[in-house]
Amino acid sequence: MDKDFTRRRRRELIVAFCLAAVAALVPLFVKDVYVQNVMVLTLMYAALSQSWNILSGYCGQISLGHALYFGLGAYTTALLFTKFGVLPWFGMLAGGALSALIAMALGYPCFRLRGHYFVIATIVIAEIGLLLIQNWDWAGAALGIDIPVRGDSWLKFQFTRSKLPYFYFALALACVAWFVTWWLEDSKWGYWWRAVKDNPDAAESLGVVVFNSKMGAAAVSAFLVAVGGSFYAQFVSYIDPESVMGFQFSLLMALPAVLGGIGTLWGPVLGAVILIPLTELTRSFIGGSGRGVDLIVYGTLIVLISLALPRGLVSLFAWPKFLWRKAAVR
Amino acid sequence: MTAETIIQSLASGLLMGLLYGLIAVGLALIFGLMDVVNFAHGEFLMIAMYATFFLFAFFAIDPLLSAPLVAAALFVFGAIVYLLIVRFAVRAKANAGMVQIFSTFGLAIVMRGLAQFFFTPDYRSVTNSWLGGKTISIGGIFLPEPQLVGALVSIAAFAGLYFFINRTDFGRALEATREDAGAVALVGIDKNRVFALGWGLGAALVGLAGAIMAIFFYVYPDVGASFALIAYVTVALGGFGSVFGAFAGGIIVGLVEATTALILPPSLKSVGIYAVYLLVVFVRPRGLFGSM
Repeated sequence: MDKDFTRRRRRELIVAFCLAAVAALVPLFVKDVYVQNVMVLTLMYAALSQSWNILSGYCGQISLGHALYFGLGAYTTALLFTKFGVLPWFGMLAGGALSALIAMALGYPCFRLRGHYFVIATIVIAEIGLLLIQNWDWAGAALGIDIPVRGDSWLKFQFTRSKLPYFYFALALACVAWFVTWWLEDSKWGYWWRAVKDNPDAAESLGVVVFNSKMGAAAVSAFLVAVGGSFYAQFVSYIDPESVMGFQFSLLMALPAVLGGIGTLWGPVLGAVILIPLTELTRSFIGGSGRGVDLIVYGTLIVLISLALPRGLVSLFAWPKFLWRKAAVR
Repeated sequence: MTAETIIQSLASGLLMGLLYGLIAVGLALIFGLMDVVNFAHGEFLMIAMYATFFLFAFFAIDPLLSAPLVAAALFVFGAIVYLLIVRFAVRAKANAGMVQIFSTFGLAIVMRGLAQFFFTPDYRSVTNSWLGGKTISIGGIFLPEPQLVGALVSIAAFAGLYFFINRTDFGRALEATREDAGAVALVGIDKNRVFALGWGLGAALVGLAGAIMAIFFYVYPDVGASFALIAYVTVALGGFGSVFGAFAGGIIVGLVEATTALILPPSLKSVGIYAVYLLVVFVRPRGLFGSM
């Protein structure tokens, strides 16, 4: 059993490495800028959803307010760069650290709440953040911030001619988020989180410090999401409150994980790879004439999958093995 | 700031609060009945507003007359949503909380998409209805008539609901199912039927609110989203599942919103509501009137 487990963990690592290597080669063959753009977004959402999954999937604290951390990351980087000339790389770390701190500060009162009271608190807090930024003149208020273009360089993390550097950064971010999840899954934190998710009272009685483990999950999750936000600010080079802190981001971060399999290692990746291209394609193919079709498509998908496959699409991969075992028993 | 402005805005806050209560009570009813939060509640309000708008635009039926029709239509719609989606969502064996949230969230997204598709994202409004744009002066305080009528409808609806839950057979079945859904099956009450009727009733109440809202508010595909959050806050403030809590929660939300608008710039008026929600749940994690 133990050996099986170690082997499975190692196999996951190898599969992830192979997938990342293949993904890294794709842009060499696909030169179309539109497709590359979709790939960057897919990888970004895979990373964001993977990070969201740490708090909401593994630890079971469903947050629909992660747009707050995404926006904090984007704004910290953009403000530090435009107002003080601080390089985006430092901005990224600063944004991540700030978000982690804020996540813990907010977690302190919020983690006492359970179920729907918690979910609504996360939505409400992100909404307060959005309203405050919209009314903060120094930060550009509702108009947002235009990040000035100072030429292509890795130092300033700006590229106007090619999408490739963004692609590789997004890939790296997705890999980091995946690896952090993989690593935490088998750490004491991972076990605590699952215990807290299943039954916080039982976990507490068995010596899990429920409160601290929620705080840990919130900090890691917020840090990674904020780094994603910093990346997004550099990628689009123009941010405004609604476009980085709006509720739709909270939702878009959650959906890949929900679709792929909440609280699973591969769920967010699988969900993002299906959901993001699908949304982008319906948007551009049906486009102008049929506004709302993208919403209809993925809304339907969410309803059907959450009803038919509550464990997400990854549970489909368990079926062949399950059927095979059943056949072997016979 | 004179005493008159304060009274004026508190009065309109109170009226709006009673309407918030009416918007939210369906949510509280459904939650109390079966522990499910309908995340498509705002979209129920949205289609009710569209129904009112189209009845007015095509058949010149005034919102006050179409309100019962809209409520009846929403009743059917709510029952159908229960039978087609929620019935299966509550049976989920894995990730139960997640399935409940996202199956109704998915429905909300589909409804918003359909509204954009069929009705376009344009803002529409009911113009020249009986009450639209009219105000009445009571002792020097000006009150908008649509909101005033809305508040009266809300009070009547709450009174009716109270009577209905406490005095009718169906109301008793509703209460009994809320207490113990397994036990009612033993005395021959069909749980699914009660749940479907509960969803119908919840939707009909938000339908009633939607018909009134359409008199003085723009109708557009995303209109539900902003009111939905207020409705969740209202319900959570009162304590999920408490019908009386929704009434009190609505009034508090209306008054807090009006007060915030006096102190902070108008664009920040929702901050007050959200802050009050957080303060209340931090002190009482199950809302003001929720059972502990």
